[in-house]
Amino acid sequence: MPTVNMNVNGEAVSGEVEARTLLVQFLREKLRLTGTHVGCDTSQCGACVVHVDGVSAKSCTMLAVQCEGADVTTIEGLADGDALHPMQEAFRDNHGLQCGFCTPGMIMSALDLARRNSAPSEQEVREWLEGNICRCTGYHNIVKSIMAGARAMAAGQGG
Amino acid sequence: MHDFTYHAASSVADAAAKVAGGEDAVLMAGGMTLLPTLKQRLAQPSDVVDLSGVADLRGIRVEGGAVTVGAMTVHDAVANSPEVAAAIPALAALAGHIGDPQVRNRGTIGGSIANNDPAADYPAALVGLGATVCTDRREIAADEFFTGMFETALDEGEIVTSVRFPAPAAAAYMKFPNPASRYAIVGVFVARTTGGVRVAVTGAASCVYRESAMEAALEGGFSASALDGMTASADDLNEDIHASAEYRAHLVGVMARRAVAACG
Repeated sequence: MPTVNMNVNGEAVSGEVEARTLLVQFLREKLRLTGTHVGCDTSQCGACVVHVDGVSAKSCTMLAVQCEGADVTTIEGLADGDALHPMQEAFRDNHGLQCGFCTPGMIMSALDLARRNSAPSEQEVREWLEGNICRCTGYHNIVKSIMAGARAMAAGQGG
Repeated sequence: MHDFTYHAASSVADAAAKVAGGEDAVLMAGGMTLLPTLKQRLAQPSDVVDLSGVADLRGIRVEGGAVTVGAMTVHDAVANSPEVAAAIPALAALAGHIGDPQVRNRGTIGGSIANNDPAADYPAALVGLGATVCTDRREIAADEFFTGMFETALDEGEIVTSVRFPAPAAAAYMKFPNPASRYAIVGVFVARTTGGVRVAVTGAASCVYRESAMEAALEGGFSASALDGMTASADDLNEDIHASAEYRAHLVGVMARRAVAACG
């Protein structure tokens, strides 16, 4: 069986995987990082979004072996101890979640937008969320959260 | 997903050798179609040869009035390239509306055209602009490259290395997207090129094709009104839960007029 080595949330990890093992399976089942969710398993819902080398990707549509040598960040890698990341804090402040299932993917996707655009408009946020599905909120407070989170990051409160 | 042997190719030659060496090997570009296909067990390759580590296949070059995009260049890179936006803005805009941001971060032009999904966006740009597909063996004109549903002129094991787009005088792409997948229910790419007006249609039929009647009408006068009342023939158009053949035929006319208007 192939062995894969990668950095996950700043820590070097390695593990034996089958070639067909998806990145999300490796994260959840081998590393027990269950904050990354599997919603649809068909690259549509975005609950599994993580960052690979700083760029958002759907971890249900990548092989673990493709991440050899990569830097992977999951939702567990954002908070600094008890201090939430500004984007996480913004979701709490703005009631950007109800059941919370889509939230890790929403936040990881939002961070990729904030990296490119520190002051996204409502329209830009809504277009960016094309690949993230929420079945509770109607998106309104998610959009507010992301705009507030991006502003907080730009204001230097972390990121 | 059935298991397979994974190979990370280090160069185009290495990829070609590994594909030739496998019993039933496939190439993987961004994997945005291949991985979902494998998950559904619609394919069972013995070997998957991953091109993502082949640095030579990435990058965008603009020279001599042409934009050359490396086969492994992701959609996001094309969408956000200032060079592409300056030379062929319609191409950057098209790339920026493929799928969703995460698909654009991984999906590649080479993978898209080699797969030739009948509803993919890039085939319309290649045919609309009269592009040239460069492979590890030869160059193929876009008009000859897309041969049928999920079929291309590529030979067994032949690897797309880049696509060269001549910059047009004006071009625009208009898509009526599937609201869930963002694949084109109908997409029309219109370009005024040195070789004349080209109108390429994706999503409507089993394979991208040119609307020659619309091209002729636009040669007579390049304005949206030149296409007034024109639709595609509904014969042989796709029909599914999203749109009937007649509706797609109607949309070809609507998207073509909008694209002409957007050419300015």
